[in-house]
Amino acid sequence: MEFLRPATWGEALAAKAEHPSALPIAGGTDVMVELNFDVHRPSAILDLNRVAELAEWSQDGGVVRLGAAVPYARIIAELSGPLPGLALASRTVGSPQIRNRGSVGGNLGAASPAGDAHPALLAAGRDVCVEAASVRGTRLIPIDDFYTGVKRNSLAADELIRAVRVPVADGPQQFSKIGTRNAMVIAVCAFGFALHPGSGTVGTGIGSAAPTPRRAVEAEEYLRGVLAERGLWESGEALGTEVVQRFGELVKAAASPIDDVRGTAEYRRHALAVLARRTLAWTWNDYGKQIRSAA
Amino acid sequence: MRVTFTANGKPVEADDVWEGESLLYVLRERIGLPGSKNACEQGECGSCTVYLDGVPVCACLVAAGQAQDREVRTVEGLSGPDGELGVVQQAFVDAGAVQCGFCTPGLLVQTDALLASDPRPSDEDIREALSGNLCRCTGYEKIMDAVRLASARRSAGAEDSE
Amino acid sequence: MNARAIQGQKNLQKINQASEDGVGGSPLRPDGNLKVRGEFAYSSDLWHEDMLWGMALRSPHPRADILSVDVSEALKVPGVYAVLTHEDIPGTKYYGLEIQDQPALAIDKVRYQGEPIALVAADHPETARRAVERIAVEYRVLTPIVTEEQCLDPGTYGYVHEPHEYKSHGHGNICHEQRLVSGRGVSDEVRALADVVVSGDYEVGMQDQAFLGPESGLAVPAEDGGVDLYIATQWLHADRRQMAPVLGLPEEKVRLTLAGVGGAFGGREDLSMQIHACLLALRTGRPVKIVYSRDESFFGHVHRHPARMHYEHGATRDGKLVFADCRIVLDGGAYASTTPAVVGNAASLGMGPYVIPNVRMHAVGLYSNNPSCGAMRGFGAVQAAFGYESQMDRLATELGLDPVELRQLNAVAQGDFMPTGQRIDAPAPVAELLRRAKEMPLPPPLDTEHPDPRRLPGALSNTSHGEGIVRGVGYSVGIKNVGFSEGFDDYSTARVRLEAIGGEPVALVHTAAAEVGQGGVTVHAQIARTELGVEQVTIQPADTAVGSAGSTSASRQTYMTGGAVKLAAEAVRRALLDKGRRRYGWTHDDLALAGGKVVSAGAGVLVSIVDLLGDEAVESTREYRHRPTEPFDKETGQGFGHVQYSFCANRAVVDVDVELGLVKVVELSAVQDVGRALNPLSVVGQIQGGCTQALGLAVMEEIILRDGKVRNASFTDYLIPTILDTPPIPVELLELPDPNAPYGLRGVGEAPTVSATPSIVAAIRDATGLALHRIPVRPEHLTTERPG
Repeated sequence: MEFLRPATWGEALAAKAEHPSALPIAGGTDVMVELNFDVHRPSAILDLNRVAELAEWSQDGGVVRLGAAVPYARIIAELSGPLPGLALASRTVGSPQIRNRGSVGGNLGAASPAGDAHPALLAAGRDVCVEAASVRGTRLIPIDDFYTGVKRNSLAADELIRAVRVPVADGPQQFSKIGTRNAMVIAVCAFGFALHPGSGTVGTGIGSAAPTPRRAVEAEEYLRGVLAERGLWESGEALGTEVVQRFGELVKAAASPIDDVRGTAEYRRHALAVLARRTLAWTWNDYGKQIRSAA
Repeated sequence: MRVTFTANGKPVEADDVWEGESLLYVLRERIGLPGSKNACEQGECGSCTVYLDGVPVCACLVAAGQAQDREVRTVEGLSGPDGELGVVQQAFVDAGAVQCGFCTPGLLVQTDALLASDPRPSDEDIREALSGNLCRCTGYEKIMDAVRLASARRSAGAEDSE
Repeated sequence: MNARAIQGQKNLQKINQASEDGVGGSPLRPDGNLKVRGEFAYSSDLWHEDMLWGMALRSPHPRADILSVDVSEALKVPGVYAVLTHEDIPGTKYYGLEIQDQPALAIDKVRYQGEPIALVAADHPETARRAVERIAVEYRVLTPIVTEEQCLDPGTYGYVHEPHEYKSHGHGNICHEQRLVSGRGVSDEVRALADVVVSGDYEVGMQDQAFLGPESGLAVPAEDGGVDLYIATQWLHADRRQMAPVLGLPEEKVRLTLAGVGGAFGGREDLSMQIHACLLALRTGRPVKIVYSRDESFFGHVHRHPARMHYEHGATRDGKLVFADCRIVLDGGAYASTTPAVVGNAASLGMGPYVIPNVRMHAVGLYSNNPSCGAMRGFGAVQAAFGYESQMDRLATELGLDPVELRQLNAVAQGDFMPTGQRIDAPAPVAELLRRAKEMPLPPPLDTEHPDPRRLPGALSNTSHGEGIVRGVGYSVGIKNVGFSEGFDDYSTARVRLEAIGGEPVALVHTAAAEVGQGGVTVHAQIARTELGVEQVTIQPADTAVGSAGSTSASRQTYMTGGAVKLAAEAVRRALLDKGRRRYGWTHDDLALAGGKVVSAGAGVLVSIVDLLGDEAVESTREYRHRPTEPFDKETGQGFGHVQYSFCANRAVVDVDVELGLVKVVELSAVQDVGRALNPLSVVGQIQGGCTQALGLAVMEEIILRDGKVRNASFTDYLIPTILDTPPIPVELLELPDPNAPYGLRGVGEAPTVSATPSIVAAIRDATGLALHRIPVRPEHLTTERPG
């Protein structure tokens, strides 16, 4: 096993090109578990800790460019304004120590359906994209095209994740996760939700309830339609039980979970419906307040 | 490979490190600092918590090579220059927060970090900050007492020195 | 200042107060400073020049025949020094705590997933892993025998141990069973005496001790052909007794020293890596260290027996119990471990701390191809308590009685008889414990307007902002035996030496008692201080150079080794005073040792201990035995089986998110009679820790099996409570001395683990209205799988 230690992004891309089977490591919170438990013996480990720009974020107009290795603790501390959903999700990741090391880049690289960042990224909208780079150049992969299977993503073998680009929130966002413990727990299922009043759309993200993180497309469409037809974006009036219920049912229907040690498929569906109703209620309540206070 | 870094203020060096080794293994087995504990080696217990460049992390999840040229501070580095116990260490002993003690090193580092950033945490703040440190013996009540005690003593000490 | 803060301030005052350091005080742990410095040497911290790393190859199958084992490729790996199979064992090949049914390395077959088959010694753990990978084992995989139905039908499903190799007291796939009948037993006539009958089936999942310090130790070959083992264990001498025959060595050549123990809770009562490390050390001639990883740890020790129970209780309309009928089936897994004793406990304690005139009980311990089960804190009493306490709540509902009142109405008291016919001859304040638990102030209601999310079910996961939350309150009480029961010759040994060192009288206390975190070392020093009137006490490392202390289990070590230290210290005191009488011709009849002096109430200070000792040391070694017990009759379960009983009552307050099935325990109070608190700080710590393990069993902890395979052997999926799951645990102590016990003390460690789980489940029932027949209670049990 080789241990590669590039000092710059250029060196990192060159190293990945030369060693396409090298396993990138940043916070180590997934990779080291696999090494410690003898799950994985890569030919090389590519340490990205020395590439300083990976741990930086910037905001350019309406988009946050979040370096792949910015730890969750800093997302919570520094980005809860522009990226509230992702910040809420970050707070549920592992433990404080894990949040000091783990990053969204790592979550994307591992592409586990249980990764906490995914539902928040999906909910943040279809403009979210992963900035994948290689010596061949940089491409932007829309988040909807990123997850390709259980623990698989659309990165090429010579590509590394440079950053993820997330639009700044233009409305309330929420994230909820079910765990069988009150802290430090992997999601039984999770749900991210965002209102996008600017575009008149809503965003959803389901975690741990399908082979990949996924969006509840029909639920989004249904709600978008209702909000537009009834002029609710303008009025901020209450949604009514029926709408909230229907939304929950559509989210539930979008999931295709399995039974495993963390929970049953049936429970996951049930819980997703509850989380969908609650997050919708919370965000809409906040939105309504904004409308009324602006009026 | 060779790995060199600073441990508790002193330069250290380890040779023939296997590339898949963790910082925890290097600390415990190669440079004589076994204070950080090996309870789960998957970041689910916090007993190996150390400062890496001033940030508390699970040493089991840091690849040894990632510690190159960096500063590590472990439980062994929490005592004073003459070996006197730090405020947090003393509070854990006094409050009865130590039983088997296997979780203690990690809790001490994490508590030290908590009080450095928030000298008077509420009970819920303490619980959130320590939620990544499992203890199987105490039921956490005496640990809560210890953190409150350390916080009170630290504040009293700070007032005294003003 | 709010109530919590005031409580916090009080705790600080208590801690800041100087305390006297003898019996009844709360001196600081002698190992505390080392532990907070990170300098306390746990078994996994040991290091030796030229040390090798040992590792085991374990079976991936729960049941298979081993057709061949080929280690040749493993031996070729550079850095490998030895690869061993059962053929390399020099002595007997089987061991076991109660029944020698377990091979040190698998012979021709494996009976559980994770059974060790071969061993490797190598220069680095990674080398060892690669070598283990190269050992070729050919299996004939068989269908595992895992359910009660399969176990009890060996004709169809086969045997875990073939009938001809049966070493147990049982038959078929039964390892042990115990019946009990008292009063008129249970019959239709007896049933007819009851106005109300409730019955229920209950299930308890397999809990793990989940001590944080993994199984580990260092074996060092000795020049005399023997071996020195530095080990984290609960009972040095029982380890040696089992190890020596396998190693083919006389016991005196197998020397064990206790290394630092990172928790135990029963999980270190059986051997894990002891024999393996010694075999490798003796073969290679080099020190060998073995440290289990967390996943290996789940396969490396026994667990709490999962249980299926059927209970039927009958009572009069005014709530007096008339009869109880019970069958408890405990899955002991592949090897016996302590299953017979666990079965004995379940049978004899399985009716709870209640007076029941007519009882029938049948407890069975099975052999299966599931992981072996044995000792875990509470030891057979935990499973039953979930059954009988669930029944008490159902009965109370049925009768329209308050659940606490119903329990008090039927509670045992001193002078009453247990279903075993044993008269309780020490205080048994069960009704009083319940009264106090009920009278403790309740926590404030949930602030539903502006709840701190961290106080809600789900906490940081942000699942509720107050929606769906319902509060519930539940009560329970439990009973546990203290010390070894059923006629076991239970004793402990202590050597106490008093000498002058640097002008100070110093007591040296040497025992083989395993300090596993509970604070035995603190208490033993306190006893020496009190009995010898000295301040300085040195606790020598526990090893096999002194006689057995028995196990650090069964809540017994303060009673037993404390008792031995007391005896030995008393003997030293007598010898010292005799010396003084000879030298000075004292005739006082009220001589005592205090403050480093020989004193007499009448004559004041006579001489300092240092002057009386001079250059001589006074030493005594004593064995302490508790009063004898007797085995239970196999059919009637009658007998004076237990030394002492211990009781704890709990009140749990929970908030349940009834839509999501998430639970937050808000408060878990405990009231326990401890006889006498030798160290109140430690006693409270034990009770709080015991309650928390009970909380884990109530709502999250379970080793999940499918076809005999463990599906969650990691701390990612075997969840134990974090500090955000654990509520404030107010503890109230009663101190009603037991006249039979040293200082009147009562073993404390296990009773709260027995009693607290049912209180939490009762509180969840109170919040949800659901019956809840199984623990741990999972979110789906409260939502999608709600029983009808």
